[in-house]
Amino acid sequence: MPTILTVTNLTKRFDDFTAVDAISFSVERGEIFAFLGPNGAGKTTTIRILITLLAPTSGEAKIEGYDVVRHPAEVRRLIGYVPQMISVDGMLTAYENLMLMARLYDIPFRERKERIQEILKFLDLEDHARALVRTYSGGMIRKLEIGQTMLHHPRILFLDEPTTGLDPVAKQNVWDHLLELHDKFGTTIFFSTHNMDEAEDVCTRVAIMNTGKIAIIGTTSELKEKTGNSEATLEDSFVFFTGNSLRETTNFREVRSARRAERRLG
Amino acid sequence: MNPVPKYISQVLTKSYVMAEMEVRKLLHDPTELATRAVQPILWLGIFGEAMSKARAIPTQGFTYMQFITPGILTQSITFVAIFYGISIIWERDMGLLQKILVTPTPRLALVWGKMISAGVRGLSQAVIVFLFALILQIHLQLTLFSITGVIILTMLGAGFFTGLSMIIAALVKTRERFMGIGQVITLPLFFASNAIYPINIMPEWLQVVANVNPLSYMVDGLRALLVTGDFSQLPLDIVVLFAATLGISFASAYLYPKVIE
Repeated sequence: MPTILTVTNLTKRFDDFTAVDAISFSVERGEIFAFLGPNGAGKTTTIRILITLLAPTSGEAKIEGYDVVRHPAEVRRLIGYVPQMISVDGMLTAYENLMLMARLYDIPFRERKERIQEILKFLDLEDHARALVRTYSGGMIRKLEIGQTMLHHPRILFLDEPTTGLDPVAKQNVWDHLLELHDKFGTTIFFSTHNMDEAEDVCTRVAIMNTGKIAIIGTTSELKEKTGNSEATLEDSFVFFTGNSLRETTNFREVRSARRAERRLG
Repeated sequence: MNPVPKYISQVLTKSYVMAEMEVRKLLHDPTELATRAVQPILWLGIFGEAMSKARAIPTQGFTYMQFITPGILTQSITFVAIFYGISIIWERDMGLLQKILVTPTPRLALVWGKMISAGVRGLSQAVIVFLFALILQIHLQLTLFSITGVIILTMLGAGFFTGLSMIIAALVKTRERFMGIGQVITLPLFFASNAIYPINIMPEWLQVVANVNPLSYMVDGLRALLVTGDFSQLPLDIVVLFAATLGISFASAYLYPKVIE
């Protein structure tokens, strides 16, 4: 299968702290790739480099052959991104939120309405299209956010902890839609999580990141095998490869915004 | 298409999209407009009335109420705009900003979009001030020419202070610090201008500040249009404000994406 994403020796340093430490990996087209790791492992920093929001200190990352630093404009048209926090505007309706993205992605005037209707239908949000998004439930918000990134049919979708703060039913619903999307358009899905079950259920491959490095990469069964314990769960292999070393690097602002997002989503 | 015309057309269309969405938000919840009306009403109704009794300030043959109305209008427009930049901190905290930065939208379009929508809010302030001036029987020159001029100056002034506030937001990065600094900047700018007293009665050092303060140019332009009818300085006022606003929009487009770091 052709490669969609190649990362080579990617490094990001903040002052004297190395958040991402010379990581290399690649993702094939059509994969559902999970990025696991404790808080502060460097997952979010890596994703922010891949989606052109942060410049790496050294190393390179390419999406469909386009370097994320040298060709951000091309990369941006190929990707979709769902941040961990709430990225829809509560003061606008669902329809307006979708229209905003459709226009920012230069979807031609004639196709806009059709694509928006298609997405509203796909997400079962047709009946709520004209309601202000601040009246939405957490699951509906997440679905709408995913819908927003689908308007321009991205080749690869990046999701930063897509189901953090959602109840189990909403979580399942969000994944049902993501998988349907993956099957329908062949969209590559790249998501970070610290939820093992989630990774185990859906993904083709997993990378476990710890203290800025990739501890291990492979299918979930490969990971379990390598722990040497035949009955290992993914949780066990996670502890095995990360050495359970949870680094306390999450700062006040991140905790605050994560809590705020959780409160609003829940 | 050529890269340069393509970039310009992208900036213009995307600025329009961003501004339209901001205006839609305002229309979904117009209560903010009402709360914003309180401050200019207090300045005109209480400060203005009290000071005009004192007759302490030379006002070139016009009543003090006439003299300060353009100043209060400027103040309320710039106060709306200076706290507008805080919205990018709010949007950063929510993740909205990150999502927009990942789209192929020119950075400048987000600045211009916010500038235009702050201008629209500013125009609603102008309507409030004009209505209140009518109630207080303050005589203003409201002609097609002066209203067109007011619209231009309002859009430029609101744009300048929106750009300034986005730069501050990018530097301070948190809402709490922004609120503190916002206060520290707006009041001195207001007092170091010709909004509520003429520049020539200020101490010399303050005159220097007032002469480079964009707020003074905005007040001067509005005062010419609405009160004095002396348009000799008006082209200068508009040119200075236009240049300042354009300049700050470029600086802001360069700096504000740093708010996410």
